[in-house]
Amino acid sequence: MTSLLGSMPLPGGLFAMGLFTEPVSVAHYLVVGAILFTSGIACMAVKRNALGVLMGIELVLNGANVNFVAFASPYLQAEGGRGLGLDGQAIALFVILLAAAEAAVALAITLNFYNNHATVDVDRADDLKG
Amino acid sequence: MDLAAQLPTLLGLAWLVPLASFIAILFFGPRMGPHGRNAAWVATAAIVTSLVLSLAAFVAWLAVHPVKAVHHGGHGEAHAADHADAGHGDSHHDDHGEHAEHAAPPAYSGDWYTLYEGGRLKLSIGWYIDSLTVLMFVVVTFIATCIHVYASGYMHDELHDVTDHEVHLSSGGHLHRPGRFPRFFQALSLFCFSMLGILIAGNLAMVFVFWELVGICSWFLIGFYYERKSASTAANKAFIVNRVGDFGMLIGLMALWGALGTLQFADATTTAADGTTVTTPGLFSLVRPAEAGHALRVPDGMVTFAAADEVATIAAEKAADPGAAAAEIAGRVPGWREQGFGGWLLFIAGLGIFCGCVGKSAQFPLFVWLPDAMEGPTPVSALVHSATMVAAGVYLVGRFFPVLTPDALLVIAYTGGITLFIAATIALVANDIKRVLAYSTVSQLGYMMLALGVGGWVAGLFHLVTHAFFKSLLFLCSGSVIHACHTNDMRKMGGLAKVMPYTAGAMLVGCLAIIGAGVPFVIGLSGYYSKDSILAQALSFAQANPRHAILYYAVAGGAFLTAFYMFRLWFMTFAGSPRDHHVADHAHESPAVMVSPLIVLSVLSVVAGWTLPGGFGVANLIEQSRPAGTVETATGGFVFGQALTLPAEYLSHEGAIHVTATMTAFGTALAGVLVAAAMYLWRIVSPDVIATLFRPVYSFLAGRWYFDELYHALFVLPALGVARFASWIDKGIIDNLINGLAWAARQLAGIDAWIDRTLVDGLVNATAGATWNAGLGLKKLQTGRLRQYVMFIAVGTVALFVLASMLFRSSFAG
Repeated sequence: MTSLLGSMPLPGGLFAMGLFTEPVSVAHYLVVGAILFTSGIACMAVKRNALGVLMGIELVLNGANVNFVAFASPYLQAEGGRGLGLDGQAIALFVILLAAAEAAVALAITLNFYNNHATVDVDRADDLKG
Repeated sequence: MDLAAQLPTLLGLAWLVPLASFIAILFFGPRMGPHGRNAAWVATAAIVTSLVLSLAAFVAWLAVHPVKAVHHGGHGEAHAADHADAGHGDSHHDDHGEHAEHAAPPAYSGDWYTLYEGGRLKLSIGWYIDSLTVLMFVVVTFIATCIHVYASGYMHDELHDVTDHEVHLSSGGHLHRPGRFPRFFQALSLFCFSMLGILIAGNLAMVFVFWELVGICSWFLIGFYYERKSASTAANKAFIVNRVGDFGMLIGLMALWGALGTLQFADATTTAADGTTVTTPGLFSLVRPAEAGHALRVPDGMVTFAAADEVATIAAEKAADPGAAAAEIAGRVPGWREQGFGGWLLFIAGLGIFCGCVGKSAQFPLFVWLPDAMEGPTPVSALVHSATMVAAGVYLVGRFFPVLTPDALLVIAYTGGITLFIAATIALVANDIKRVLAYSTVSQLGYMMLALGVGGWVAGLFHLVTHAFFKSLLFLCSGSVIHACHTNDMRKMGGLAKVMPYTAGAMLVGCLAIIGAGVPFVIGLSGYYSKDSILAQALSFAQANPRHAILYYAVAGGAFLTAFYMFRLWFMTFAGSPRDHHVADHAHESPAVMVSPLIVLSVLSVVAGWTLPGGFGVANLIEQSRPAGTVETATGGFVFGQALTLPAEYLSHEGAIHVTATMTAFGTALAGVLVAAAMYLWRIVSPDVIATLFRPVYSFLAGRWYFDELYHALFVLPALGVARFASWIDKGIIDNLINGLAWAARQLAGIDAWIDRTLVDGLVNATAGATWNAGLGLKKLQTGRLRQYVMFIAVGTVALFVLASMLFRSSFAG
């Protein structure tokens, strides 16, 4: 299992960093957040459907949220118990709120766009081209 | 209410009523009935009111100062009687002693309103009323009334739109304009007001004001048809020529005021605060002081003015004691007067005032305006030439007579003599009926001036009055003829007596009056008396001063010429057979409104000179106002190197002089009429033959002695030359200078514009262009493709991160 995994190039790097062997720490969360973030960017960059792009945005935001939460969690602190900091959670809630508002606006734009162009293909939305 | 209070009230009202009419017509004229028809009624009513008031004043005057025959010979009882009750009021003589002929005449003076008083300068609106003023008021208002009535008929063309056939428009047609009926009567009223103002004026400054008003009124009226070039030129000519004379008058005014400090005619008596009466002497008593027996004497003011150097020396010597200096100066004044200081000043003052009269009364050399003034409507000619404008000059000389030195009077006499001769010769050959009358006016004015100049004070003013009647009659008759014939040219008339009997008869009366027709020593028309007295006085003067006998010959020759040209006019116009049937067929008698003034004036032309049993007559009425000190023969004068004798006027009424003068007048007039009849009635001698025989003389006279050409060459052309020179300076130098400056400014502006366009604009444009190009380049990045943007953001962020981590490795990584 280890060798199988170790023979793989990228996970092999992660092995080298000891991710799979060490207890769960901030770094693990950061990896998850980075994957979410990267997936979101990729989703925004490749999806032609506007709804898909919106989903990508949600992924990006939540990737960031994971980081905030991870950094703020007292259980993940190496020294532990440095205080009841809820800063990260508060910001994450704020981001969720923001994402909901942004999604509402964006969906409204999309809906309008659909009404006008009978499509939600973002490649067709080049009215603001210079 | 005594006379002193009545006269200013009556005559002042008579003077102001035409002003009211003028103002009324000025503001409401066009609204007075259709086309302002009722303006004539307003103006006529005003002048009739003036006439009635003047007549009332006349009657009031006669009630207090009854006119009596004057018997001279050094006794002067008549004067004493006349003056018995003249001492009250403002009359400025207080004692009538045994030398009554030396007493001042009855006169009333005062001020209505003082315009300004400060230092020695006092300007006031006042009155000076003597029998001459009252008489002239009656004459002027009476003739003006006749002319108003006549004009309301004559000017009826102006009641509707007028097509002026004498104005050719550039479009080829004739001028078509609205009628100007109210405007005519408006100017006529102002004219009467101005003339009456001259008559009543109590000081020379007021005379001058109304003098100029008369001038401007003549300008309005002569230029009534101002669209005609000839009319506007004539109006300007009359005004400008008068200005020349008025300039001399201003000099005279300054000489009088500068030296004497007053322009009042009569003494003014004022009551001071402490109850004492202060008498300020007027011009008359300054020049002819009562204590010197009213003999002409250079006033103290003029003596000290002329001897200013000596006065300054004395004042400097006795600077410490001004009282002593003043006493010394006062003591030496008689001596200076003996040496002749101030005599020139008085002479110049007199001549200066006369200069104004030369312009206004159309004397040589300023008579050229008057014949041209015929361009005005004929009623205006009648008014200007008889009772108003030209009379003003003679009236002023008469009024100013006491101040004139014998030398000044000699100048006046010669001016009159030259004028009467020149004008009479021009009238001989004139063919325009109004021009004949115009030159006749000039000639008769010359008579008046000559009469005044040779000491015939009554004779000159008597002729002024009689002439006013018959000359206005003649002009109104000529207007009637022109109205009927629509031409001024006598060569187209003839035989009009049949169709216009009233006009012909009235004109015959006028002609007989002007030549002085009458049965010698029995009775005659008005001109007979006035012309005889002029002739007699001229003869008397010639006998006293043999060097100046030529004046008498001028008068006698003038009488012959007058008779000739007046009857030439009458024969050419009314006698014989029509020369132009087109004109004759058209002719008709004028309407009653025009004929009735002719008849009234005819009657007056006949009777104006008569003296009723008991002595009532114009001449004796004027005699009442004879200036103090001019009754007896006087000698004086030094300017022309020899003393002059001004013979007393009563001497010319008696004995050999009177007989000679009357016979001369009768003989010359008869000769003139006979020659005219021989040439134009019986046609024994053809005028054309004579004209051919004396071709140079004829053309000289027909060319009016070439005075207009002479003045054109002497004054108009140099003036035009100066104007051209000034114009050349303006155009050649000033304009070029300004154009050069403008050119330089343009060049400078060109450089400035180049800098602006090239450098400043270039910089701005280059900036704009760079920005534009940058925008164009950056536009390409704005692809509108969302996914590409995401890629850019992602890649850009990573790139920035990489860049930052590479550049700031140390600080970043610690």
